[in-house]
Formats: sequence, structure tokens, C-alpha cells
Amino acid sequence: METVKEKMTETKTKTTVKITGAEAIIHCLLAEDVDLVYGYPGGAIMPVYDEFYKFQDKLTHILTRHEQGATHAAQGYARVSGRVGVAIATSGPGATNLVTGLADAQIDSTPMVCITGQVPRHLLGSDAFQETDIIGISTPVTKWNYQITKASEIPEIMAKAFYIAKSGRPGPVLIDITKNAQFEEFDFSYEKCKGVRSYIPTPKPNLGSIEAAAELINNANKPFIVWGQGVILGEAEEELKAVIEKTGIPAAWTIMGESAIPTSHPLNVGMVGMHGNYGPNVLTNECDVLIAIGMRFDDRVTGKLDEYATQAKVIHFEIDPAEINKNVSADIAVLGNSKETLELLLPLLNENKHENWHQEFKKKHQIEFDEVIKNDIHPTKDGLTMGEVIEEINLASKNKAVIVTDVGQHQMIACRYAKFEQSKSNITSGGLGTMGFALPAAIGAKQGAMDREVVAIIGDGGYQMTIQELGVIFQHQIPVKIVVLNNDHLGMVRQWQELFFDKRYASTVMVNPDFVKIAEGYHIEAKCVTERKDLKSTIQEMIASDKPYFLEVKVEKEDNVFPMIPSGAAVSDIRLK
Amino acid sequence: MEKQWFTISVYSENNVGLLNRISGIFLKRHINIESLNVSKSEIDEVSKFTIVVHTTEKWVHNIVGQIEKQIEVIKAFYHTDDETIYQESALFKIASGLLFDERQIQNIIKDSNSQIVTVSRDFFVLAKSGRRSEIDEMHDQLKPFGIMQFVRSGRISVSKEEMQITAMLTEFQE
Repeated sequence: METVKEKMTETKTKTTVKITGAEAIIHCLLAEDVDLVYGYPGGAIMPVYDEFYKFQDKLTHILTRHEQGATHAAQGYARVSGRVGVAIATSGPGATNLVTGLADAQIDSTPMVCITGQVPRHLLGSDAFQETDIIGISTPVTKWNYQITKASEIPEIMAKAFYIAKSGRPGPVLIDITKNAQFEEFDFSYEKCKGVRSYIPTPKPNLGSIEAAAELINNANKPFIVWGQGVILGEAEEELKAVIEKTGIPAAWTIMGESAIPTSHPLNVGMVGMHGNYGPNVLTNECDVLIAIGMRFDDRVTGKLDEYATQAKVIHFEIDPAEINKNVSADIAVLGNSKETLELLLPLLNENKHENWHQEFKKKHQIEFDEVIKNDIHPTKDGLTMGEVIEEINLASKNKAVIVTDVGQHQMIACRYAKFEQSKSNITSGGLGTMGFALPAAIGAKQGAMDREVVAIIGDGGYQMTIQELGVIFQHQIPVKIVVLNNDHLGMVRQWQELFFDKRYASTVMVNPDFVKIAEGYHIEAKCVTERKDLKSTIQEMIASDKPYFLEVKVEKEDNVFPMIPSGAAVSDIRLK
Repeated sequence: MEKQWFTISVYSENNVGLLNRISGIFLKRHINIESLNVSKSEIDEVSKFTIVVHTTEKWVHNIVGQIEKQIEVIKAFYHTDDETIYQESALFKIASGLLFDERQIQNIIKDSNSQIVTVSRDFFVLAKSGRRSEIDEMHDQLKPFGIMQFVRSGRISVSKEEMQITAMLTEFQE
């Protein structure tokens, strides 16, 4: 099949053949090595769907049950594989349903190309059936967008779309194609995009700033690394590992950076941020040099900005110049791709161990273990905790699973306790906090890494936002494992109501349906665990299954996630209870 | 940090939708655009946006970073008033009778260095270019006589320092 594809791509790129715009879109996708797209048909995109039908042996189209599901599936696919995810929808409501996924991909820097149909050129602006200004609507949530109104524009614009989505700091691109452009015939030839004159995807590293950074690091007594997703997107995992192993610098991660370095690595000290680990948060305000790598100082990471690492010199390794000094001022900014800059940095660094400094992290970890972790993962009370479920998944999957999480308490618990050995294994909606992300994203993650175990961990609230995607799992027998941690509440909001709104539980109690029956309605094997004695064996059964599997775990209804930096407090004011 | 006036200059491709993309950056930060002008620039096929905002340097730095990040933006700069040469233009439409009956109006025209663009049976039009304060002053002087229509352009400005944009584009093409 590969050879057929190559041959076909070759004929279409080297000679010119008259084809329709709709067919051209297929050839563009194939030329960009796309073999899987997620979407939903409708009037204005029908010519393209007709070509999907004709090319179904080369290009798989997965019909999600809602366009939002298509975007999250494309995101899950992109995040796990490093490739560009593709979602497609019709005009009007089809297009507007993509907006949440676009915003999510924009804030979490996920490479995605969305294609929307549009009413014919002559009807633009006439309020035609299913006409909506998706270019206007999607502008703030896309890295780039463009409306194609004639077929001849298709090859160049599609090539540019893939180039922009993937290069530099990745992001979502939306291409809106009027129906007349899909029908028109033209001479097709395709050339991959190699550059756009107004766009510098990756700044060239400045050796002077790297030398200055090395000097600061070499002279530091309490250096501290915080890495983010930039390490994963830049595929700089090995370079980062080499830097921390040579220098002995304790390194923590933002939620988007998790899994870049194995959880078990002795220099990996855990998560920073609102529900991160105690040591990394408190010691952020005690380090003398803070080395931020591929992260953007999100408010959930920094807490109160005026009291964030004010004692430290800050070195910021970053691909996007607009992030420098945006939230935290950098004493030294090192622009460039993290793989390249860390590679240049490594030989300039002195070997070190920083043993005393490590002891402080160990002491803080012990406090957190005694106060929080022990009770989370080895509880002595009756009710099941979310933490023990995650721990059982770690054990059953031997820390090898891709963990896809939704948003809320379960997400924080999963990111705190899931263990990883391989990069690109933690897929979550970090920046936007999109409830409903996990189920469709898990579909994409599984299809992007068929050889890996994919476990979606979802709360009872978020699950019901995209629950219809069970239809995709059933129809295509996608062997994802779905774990719903059901506390019959919107748990995180309930936690805030308890702590900051005098327990006024406004609209956070959920009366839930029989989730097992719903899964069974889709012919997915399903179980519900309510007691500790059944937890281990059921999770083992789930992981051992080679089919889709749904597991509901009834957990304590009013558990809270700690540690916690209250909104607006300093990272060092993190609460353990 | 104190708020002050900044002029943002954006060199970009001339594409549909870019104005929307740029204005959205201000909208997202709840910052008002005080004046906006879009024209061709000194480089062929490159457009120039001149945007005036009243904000802090931290915000203008942030905004310029976000503008420059847009794919079709080639380069963006910001300057304080001291660092630029800038002007606005205004048109005043006034009833013709006043030109002959009110001697004071003729003095205003002379003193303000404004030009009479056209005179017809019913009205005449005055054009004035200069600083905002000069235009405001002329407006105040003419107001008592009755202004039929008034319009003022966005600020246009050139920087005192060199904007190294041409070199950047040449470098790309090499």
C-alpha cells in the first residue's frame, strides 16, 4: 500500500492532471502523509466526502458523533504521534463545533489542520443556508486560517497549512473551502511548503546567551529546572536528560511536560503548579537559578506572579519570542528549538551533584507523602480514592500506558500519580481545561499509537460532554480502556465551593445514569467497581483485554485534591490540607 | 508602570483578514485602539499598519510580540511619541456664507496654516495636517461658527531610528 501511495503521489506531484478541487484536497492530504482524518459530513463539504469514498483504501475517515469529537481525536492523534492531526467538517454548525478543539489546540500548541466546507463563492455574505463566518470566528484560536474560493489555490494553501501547523511552535490551522472551489477542475501539481517569507518558525540560537546561561548554571548553588511541553514538541527528551544527569539539577515538569523524562528518574522531582508536588512548588521560591525550558509560566504554574521566584535569576529556553518576559522576566532568554539549544548548552556545563539541595526536595517529598500521598494511594478509610485507581492502572500496565485525561479532580490526581517510562504518554487538556476532551482524544491517541495501551481517565461530568463518541469506539472496535472515576459531583468545582464558597454547592451535584448500561448499549464490555476488593482484579482484566473496555469506579463523593495553591496565592503558600 | 502613548508599526503581507487578526489581539487584552491607519509602505507589496494605543510599556511589548507572531506579519515595532515623527489630517466642512461674512474665519485659516480644498455655493472644505493638539485647537476655534462635518484621520508616523525591515526581507529572499 505504501508503494501505491508513493506512486500515486509521484504522478500527482510531477505531472499536472486536471482534477476537481475536492480530489485535489485528497491528494494534498496524501502528499502530507495523512492516512487518517476525523470528521462529519454535511452539504458544503460533500464533494470532498465523495472523494473520501473513492479513496477509502488510502485514506481512512472516522465519523465522530460530533465535530468537537473530531478535533479532540485529531489532537490526541497528534499529541501521541507528533504528526499533524486532521479534522474536517461542513460549513455553519459543523464549523462552529470545531471552535473548542481549535482553542484547545492553540493554547496547548498542538499541530492540527481543520478543513471546513463553505457555501459557494457567489453566496458568501448572503446569509445562505449553513453559512457562517468561520474565518472571523476562528481567527483568535488559530495559528493561521485561510478561505479558499477557487480550486487553483488549493495545493499552495494546503501545503502552507501543514507547514505552519507543524513548524516552530505548532498550532491549529483552519482552511475554509467554498463549495464551488471543490467542484472546479484545474491543473493539479503539489509542492511541499518550505518556508513563508513573513514567518520565522524557529529563531536561530544565540551562542552568547547560551554561554551566559551556562555560566549562571555552573555558578548556581540551588539551580532548579522546570520543563514544559516544549521539550516534547522539540523532541529534546534525550538532551534534557543529558543536561540534568551531567549537572545533577533537580527537574520538575508542568502538566504539559509530563512523561518527557521517566517518572522513576531520580532527578525528576515531580510536578509544579496548583496541584503539583510540595517540594517543587515550595523550593521554586528558594532556588537561586530557575531554568525554564519550553514552558510559558502559566498562572496555574506561577501562582501569585509578584511572589514567584523573585529571589532567583531566571533563564528561559523558549522557541516563541512572544513568551519571553510575557509573565516572568527572564535574566537570560535563550531562543530556539529546545533540542538545538540544549545540545549547544550541554558541553558548556560543569558536572555536579547538588546533593544538599536534593536533600531538601527529599525532605519535602517525605512531608507530602505522609500528609497526602499515603492516604491518596494507600487509603485506610472505606471509600475508594481516585489515587488508588491510578496506582492500580500503573501496576497493571507496568507504567507503559498512554494516559488520556479530561479536566478536573481526576485529571490532577492522574497527572500526580500516573507513572511513565516513555515520552508523549500524558495526553490532557492543559491550557484550555476542556471538559469532554478525554474520550475522543483517547480514540485519536490509540489510532496514533496502535501498539500502545491507551487508558482514558475521565470524571463523571466531562464524560457526559462527549459520551456519544462511544459510538466511534464501538463501530471501529478501537481498543481504548475507559475509566470513569464517578463521585457524582463536578468534583473540582465542588472542592472550590467547599473551600472558598462556604460549601454552597451550586449545581455541582450530578444525578448520573447507569454508565455500565450506556456502554453496554454500545456493545462495549463494561463493569462497575464499588469496593476495594474488586479493584485490582477488574483493572487487571481491563488491561488484559484486547477490546474496548469501560470501567466505572465509584469513588468517595467529597474527596479533595491536595496539595493546592489557592488561586492568587504564592507557590510557597501551597496547602497540604 | 505608567500608561503612555505608543505608536505600533506593523509591516505585513496585504491579505484579507489580517486586520481582524491584529485587532483581535487588542480585543483579547481589553485594550482600546486609539487610532489606526493602513497603507502601503516603503517596500513593494508590503502593507503598513500604524496603530496608536495608550497603555503601559509591558502591555505594548506583549502586544507587539503577539502581533509579530502572526504568520503574515513580517515585523512589528513600537515607539514612544519622542521617537517618531507623526501627524494626523483633518477635514472641516463649513457653510460658504461664513467664509465671506466672518472675518475671523479667514484669520483662523491663515494662522492655522490650513488649506482650502474646495469652495462651492453651499460649503467650503478646509484641510489641516499636524499634531492632534493643533487640529483640536482649530476645531475649537471653528466650532462657534458651526462645523457642518468634521473628520480626522488616524495617526501616520515614521520612526526616527531605522526600521531594519528591508534587510530582513532581502535576507529571506537570498
